[in-house]
Amino acid sequence: MASADHPAGGTAITPPPLDPVSAEWVRTLTGLGAERDAALGRLHELLLRIARRETRRRSEQLQITGPELDDLAYQAAADAMLAVIGKLGQFRGESQFTTWAYKFVIFEVSAKIGRHFWRSPSVPMNAEDWDRLPDRLGPAPARESEWRELAGALRRAVDEELTQRQRQVFVAIVLNGIPLDALVTELGTTRGAIYKTMFDARRKLRAALAANGYLDDDTPGRA
Amino acid sequence: MNDWPALDRFLRTDPRDVGCAEAMELLHVYVELIAEDAAAARRYPGIAAHLQACGPCSEDFDGLLAAVRGPAG
Repeated sequence: MASADHPAGGTAITPPPLDPVSAEWVRTLTGLGAERDAALGRLHELLLRIARRETRRRSEQLQITGPELDDLAYQAAADAMLAVIGKLGQFRGESQFTTWAYKFVIFEVSAKIGRHFWRSPSVPMNAEDWDRLPDRLGPAPARESEWRELAGALRRAVDEELTQRQRQVFVAIVLNGIPLDALVTELGTTRGAIYKTMFDARRKLRAALAANGYLDDDTPGRA
Repeated sequence: MNDWPALDRFLRTDPRDVGCAEAMELLHVYVELIAEDAAAARRYPGIAAHLQACGPCSEDFDGLLAAVRGPAG
């Protein structure tokens, strides 16, 4: 992946002065008394609206509706409130205050959807059905002999090239279809750590398959 | 040989990909840029590459973009 000396792989950010609306949010939320209470109330109302909207948008992944869905939105908004207030000193005006605050509620909805998966998981964590590979990755070669050969080569590469952790994550995500955010909960780690594990696994697998003539070689990404 | 395009795409990695942590850190900035001009992705190729490859971060991007674009219902 891109190195740390090129932030976000793009232009460095020089924070501008806060826009008047954002400055007012920061002033009132860091203030005292009734004015701060009112600002907290307005912020909670905004975050709850966004949480409800986002849970509705993603409700198909959740397979829940009604009061349970609204409860998830309430929890996400409440946790996002804590995050926003706790990190208020880190807001540098790179965006509008509300955009920055909405980000936390979106993250909270994602985390809660990930945890929700384990209430009725579609497959056990330790399942390993290689015949489901085409369901996960997309249409396999039309001739069964071809896809069997490729799938066999991929399986050998998974067994021989990946670390135990990389193999565990690959099997969970690719074969078992466990959502990445659900795996974060199960393994007690971060989204970034799981993604990096898969990123490195994908590089290794491509290199192994290319070395044996199953895929075209390309320049693999840096770790 | 490339008989399984879906597998080929899945195993492709982009060296510009900044990973989840950096993408999440700057998501609010990136979303506002894209909301104004979709071509602004060029300014942050590392985030654009990451969002193409990472389903969860892409989902968060879509949600945040929807939040800033329209009144919350």
